[in-house]
Amino acid sequence: MSIDVSGVTKKYGDFVALDDVSVSLPTGQLTALLGPSGGGKSTLLRIIAGLDSADSGTVSIEGRDATSLPPQKRNVGFVFQHYAVFKHMSVAKNVAFGLEIRKRSKADTAKRVEELLELVHLSQFAHRLPAQLSGGQRQRMALARALAVEPTVLLLDEPFGALDAKVRKELRDWLRRLHDEVHVTTVFVTHDQEEALEVADEIVVINQGRVEQVGTPDELYDAPANDFVMGFLGETTTLAGRTVRPHDIDVSTDPGTPGSVAATVLRVLRIGFEVRVTAVTEAGENVVVTLTRAHARQLRLDADVKVWLTPVEGAVSIAPGGSEVVPVGA
Amino acid sequence: MVELSTPTKWGLRLVAIGYVFFLVVWPLGVLVQRTFASGMTALSDALADPQVVGAVNLTLVVAFYAVVINLVFGVTISILLVRYEFPGKRLLSALIDLPLSVSPVVVGLAILLVYNGRDGLFGPTLEAADVQIIFSSFGMIMATCFVALPLVIREVVPTLHEIGEDQEQAARSLGANAPQTFLRITLPSIKWAVVYGVVLSLARSIGEFGAVKIVSGNITGRTQTATLLVEGKYQNFQQDTAYATSFLLILVSIACLVVVAVLRPSDHKK
Repeated sequence: MSIDVSGVTKKYGDFVALDDVSVSLPTGQLTALLGPSGGGKSTLLRIIAGLDSADSGTVSIEGRDATSLPPQKRNVGFVFQHYAVFKHMSVAKNVAFGLEIRKRSKADTAKRVEELLELVHLSQFAHRLPAQLSGGQRQRMALARALAVEPTVLLLDEPFGALDAKVRKELRDWLRRLHDEVHVTTVFVTHDQEEALEVADEIVVINQGRVEQVGTPDELYDAPANDFVMGFLGETTTLAGRTVRPHDIDVSTDPGTPGSVAATVLRVLRIGFEVRVTAVTEAGENVVVTLTRAHARQLRLDADVKVWLTPVEGAVSIAPGGSEVVPVGA
Repeated sequence: MVELSTPTKWGLRLVAIGYVFFLVVWPLGVLVQRTFASGMTALSDALADPQVVGAVNLTLVVAFYAVVINLVFGVTISILLVRYEFPGKRLLSALIDLPLSVSPVVVGLAILLVYNGRDGLFGPTLEAADVQIIFSSFGMIMATCFVALPLVIREVVPTLHEIGEDQEQAARSLGANAPQTFLRITLPSIKWAVVYGVVLSLARSIGEFGAVKIVSGNITGRTQTATLLVEGKYQNFQQDTAYATSFLLILVSIACLVVVAVLRPSDHKK
């Protein structure tokens, strides 16, 4: 294990940011700390980096106890949401900073900076000031700067949070490829489940200062530990008291299927290629079902149409309040 | 921008220009005119007067030390105020503004009370150790430091807030220790604010009158600064010397203004 966090608690006054958190992050992997804003994930990352200190608990990096080490002695690379570029230095100087602090020879530094700028596709901007770069370029520069010191772990705090949607997606793919090339243990914080599912090898779901679940994207999606994890990783609705995903419900216009729940369509809302149907069961439960446009048209769904709803085979559902997860029909 | 009608626009301009003209430009213009009323003689006489030369020198020495001391403490206190939490922080912040609101004469009197050699709080002890504060450059530097104290801090604090802590934390995570972070990251970022604060402090220190007058004892040829000399000469009916010395003081202020004017735009461009 590359990073071992055990029993970490952090309070800001009465607010508990982290409540006895223990988590181990494996070497060489890309791990996402996922959770809602204010859930404590950034605090955890900053405690790993030494930028904040825990009230209690320990952090060890590569088997070495780092709990009381100052940030400059932990050999971690940290990338900030708002880039934290050194405004008065050129791009090349920014990247060289850590190497100059480590008193590397001029030739070595220049060579390494060149390699890194190549890696982040910024070679032609080496002599510009950060103010002349776009947000995405600044963040790539910040990444190169963090990688320059060959950190044992690379920590990214909402690295793409300040970028627009398109650049975000590009950088996300790029980070994944970069990680496959460089293989440094990487932890990034995000509140965007799509980002985590797409990029990470492993996801740690954090909510209200606690770890809700740790697992691969597939594990989390297919076997969420509880309502919260299931709800955070995608849309959910309830059918006959169980939490299900809206696209995991079969809609039929005749009552043939055993175990189906009768309902009346309340409204039909079209969003692009998808149709979102809200139906009320006889028990008064509001169920949301998503269908493709073609399927909805085929069923002639409209308000007041009588339908019968069944969870599709193999769908994940969770019983009310419980952590029992049952793939239906398995 | 609000669109104003043409008469209003001209009216406002006239008021602004008139105000500055009658308050600043005209009086100073007359002073300069008096200085050169008899050609260069007043100025060259003044520059040949050892009292004037001594006073100007003393002013520069006192201002220099006061600015250096305020620079070091100003930057340190600014960082303390912005980057650290400690009990009494708000009180300290409020106290720093005090010199702006307290009359310099009162400042001089207060320093006199504490440090005078006869019945001051520390005075006799220091005097016994052969350190004389009152009626010497020490006291004058102290008084000048006091009145110019907020100028560096009030320039640097907002800039420190503005640049935030991110860059410093990034430097730390890249392996820089506290002094390295300060020299390579913080200082270059607040450079212009510091320069601006220094220029303001310098102008304020050179112009200081009330506090220095009380603390220095105004001893001609020993503890008389340029501003004190101007008053002294004027009251002794040596108006020409007073005008000439005033002119020298104006020159220093203009030099400061030029420095500020040159610096400010480059500050905004960043």
